[in-house]
Amino acid sequence: MLNSTTNRYLSMFSIFICGVIFAAGLQLAAMTHPSKVQGFLDISGLWDPSLALVLFAATGIFSLGFWTVIKVRIRNQQTPVLASSFQLPTATLLDKQLIIGSIVFGIGWGLSGVCPGPAIAHLIYLDVKIFGFIIAMLVGMAIAKQLKKQ
Amino acid sequence: MINYAQFTPLSALLGGVLIGCSAFLLLYLNGRISGISGIASKILGKSSESTVPSWLFIAGLIVGSALASNAFSLPAPKIDNSWPLIISSGLLVGFGSVYGSGCTSGHGVCGLARLSRRSLVSVPIFMLAAVLSYFLLSTVS
Repeated sequence: MLNSTTNRYLSMFSIFICGVIFAAGLQLAAMTHPSKVQGFLDISGLWDPSLALVLFAATGIFSLGFWTVIKVRIRNQQTPVLASSFQLPTATLLDKQLIIGSIVFGIGWGLSGVCPGPAIAHLIYLDVKIFGFIIAMLVGMAIAKQLKKQ
Repeated sequence: MINYAQFTPLSALLGGVLIGCSAFLLLYLNGRISGISGIASKILGKSSESTVPSWLFIAGLIVGSALASNAFSLPAPKIDNSWPLIISSGLLVGFGSVYGSGCTSGHGVCGLARLSRRSLVSVPIFMLAAVLSYFLLSTVS
């Protein structure tokens, strides 16, 4: 049995590694290219289905792990390997915030072809516009947080 | 019409597999859902309990992006948008993802896989909104 300090460091390290793998996936699939994303959104013109395959593969792998491993652990009241509990979203209500948020997010995503994950992965190119995007994104997030609190 | 010249099925599937593996590992090891908007927005919080894991994941994203770019000699992406457009897009993406509790990763990958009712509603809505917004943008410009 690992002691809790070792566990905490392992947990931190694994979170970092998950970020590494996630971004490698985004890069390999060229999801950091706004033109690639917009090529998927362009269903009226020449359509590039690549993003659908990214989503299909990612969802497929995650489904498999979720329904065969995670669900079993939760049913047996086991914890995650390095943490004290599974933090799964519990909300099920289809409220106005979900609908409005999704519409606003979609409009913004369509305008640039950039969403939060690819934006962060894009930072390595030191393009000044991605810094602008991320600052604007954080401002938007802060506004939404404030509104949700009320 | 499918754009066969741009379609990259193999790298798309491989990239997706990596993203799915990352999301599974994060949940299996740490009990967390890989929602990038949720992770990013947590750096705005005050307690180090929630900001430290977020910064670690973000640091991992940056390192992983650089490693993959070098390992596979990937071409650098380009942002063609004007400043007003990129700022408006950032504001809308940030606001919408937090107000709607998720983006392409949290609702898209994890939510759909968990068959979350909210994600099953959110994803078609934001996909449709994105298609329409891109359509209008390319029509006016």
